[in-house]
Amino acid sequence: MTTETSTKALLVPPGRQGRDARRGTKRSVWSVVKHAIMIAAAFLMIYPLLWMLVSSLRPNNEIFTNPSIVPDSFEWGNYAAGWNALSSPFGLYLGNSVVIVVGAILGNLFACSLAAYAFARLEFRFKRVAFTIMLLTIMLPFQVTLVPQYIMFSWVHMLNTFWPLILPKVLGTDSFFIFLMVQFIRGIPRELDEAARIDGCGHPRIFFRVILPLMTPALATTTIFTFIWMWNEFFGPIVYLTQPHTWTVQVALGQFIDNQTGGDWGALFAMSVVSLVPVFIAFLIGQRFLVRGIATTGIK
Amino acid sequence: MSILEELRAVRTKKAYGRRDGKAALFFLLPWLAGLVVITAGPMVASLWISFTNYNLIQSPRFIGVQNYVRMFQDPRLVNSLRVTFEYVFASVPIQLVVALAMALLLDRGMRALPFYRSVFYLPSLLGSSVAVAILWRQIFGQSGLVNQVLGGFGLHHLPGWVSDPKWALGTIIILNVWTFGAPMIIFLAGLRQIPEMYYEAAQIDGAGRFRRFFGVTLPMLSPIIFFNIILQLIGAFQSFTQAFVVSGGTGGPSDSTMFYSLYLYQQGFSQFNMGYASAMAWLLFIIIAIITAVTFVTSRYWVFYDN
Repeated sequence: MTTETSTKALLVPPGRQGRDARRGTKRSVWSVVKHAIMIAAAFLMIYPLLWMLVSSLRPNNEIFTNPSIVPDSFEWGNYAAGWNALSSPFGLYLGNSVVIVVGAILGNLFACSLAAYAFARLEFRFKRVAFTIMLLTIMLPFQVTLVPQYIMFSWVHMLNTFWPLILPKVLGTDSFFIFLMVQFIRGIPRELDEAARIDGCGHPRIFFRVILPLMTPALATTTIFTFIWMWNEFFGPIVYLTQPHTWTVQVALGQFIDNQTGGDWGALFAMSVVSLVPVFIAFLIGQRFLVRGIATTGIK
Repeated sequence: MSILEELRAVRTKKAYGRRDGKAALFFLLPWLAGLVVITAGPMVASLWISFTNYNLIQSPRFIGVQNYVRMFQDPRLVNSLRVTFEYVFASVPIQLVVALAMALLLDRGMRALPFYRSVFYLPSLLGSSVAVAILWRQIFGQSGLVNQVLGGFGLHHLPGWVSDPKWALGTIIILNVWTFGAPMIIFLAGLRQIPEMYYEAAQIDGAGRFRRFFGVTLPMLSPIIFFNIILQLIGAFQSFTQAFVVSGGTGGPSDSTMFYSLYLYQQGFSQFNMGYASAMAWLLFIIIAIITAVTFVTSRYWVFYDN
């Protein structure tokens, strides 16, 4: 109880403390109930994931009979079988995904930061119109441009290459990140730009020397979101990458489940776990930026 | 600082007006190129293709509004619209209500908040992956995890949820609700911005917990709720991966998970009816635009702006 009040003193704004003290006991009962609800909910949410992890190390017949998440067997063979289940080793698909994700990240960082600087700091004609269009494209369903994009990329012989997935990012079509960066740049004091300008810097130098170094949190948020979204991306890859050697992790998993009817679930689970590990690591490293990113811009 | 302020006031107004124009063009060049080549151009092209018959091999043939007429006579398309609407109008409200409830419980400086927040947020990041869809297909299968657990409670003769047309869509709705963490974090951020003095004033006026929620919390949060509804609606109408993987790309059993996007994909990229797929894309666009507009119009009556 004492530790709880002292923690609260740190967490709760001063106005709330008096009220809390008065209703101390009532609140502490409620607090226990709340924690119980939260722990139960958290357990229920995470259970399927833990079960998949544990099941990926179980023999096949047990996956359909053992609902517990106590690790009881260690069939590392599932991982070996899954790794080699498709026409190429799974490493190839992981590699393809990495190339696409890295390309998309670099593209987004490049195009979105440049555009964001213009929207946040420069005065030019049609700025309001351009800004409005940029915001509207965030809400445009991708299906509307899908067919002509596909035709266009087939004309320039880019089907079954990674370009259709990377090029749009290099050209700043992920406007969500432009918006995120504009918001961030607006929070950087203009006096810093002015100081640099007085020292004789033009806009490119102000951007590279002053703004870009200061907006690293926004760049980090962009990097992590792009990583996770592109890693999970499925529609684009199944449309553009039809030859097996170009598959991403997601496409390979999709094929894997199609190939087997009542087959090797252990191996399938093993590769599913492998495909989730990078996202999980990104989540652990970048949680701070993810939480701040969605809290300030309001998009998942 | 004040000198700098003055300098800015003088310099940015007119003297730099012209130079900014050139600089702006330089900074916006990649985005402008993308707007023309990747977005606007294809939009125009897609509108045109929607009035043609085009299979990628023969050149497109203009057929007027035939694709649009055909859509309304296509029972599979009408069914896919029904499935999609059912999915959207079930999963979005449920997900947002759960997100709001959890955010309210987590608010007020609860201990271990960062821990709970992380655990609840994780599914939002994994939810759109193929791996989780595979997991769902197993969990809700005939001898999957759910039936194993229910069997432990003595319940037998249960359906194979994903292979039963009555339940398959429900499993995908559950999957979407499972990813409530992202809107929850937005709600948490919003709750934190409500000034404490409003609650104190309400309390002095004798408002109970209930009254404070409906009188202060809900109105103050309404712009954020509104924003979330719009975003989730737009996203849900375009859902694809989960239905694709859970149904093995078929939209089955008996088209019960045939999402609109999935049918569009089949028309465009399995049967190469590019004209029809484009017309479908425009219908989707129109539906989303109308529903967004309606939400905007109604927002006047329930969204409260505090200024």
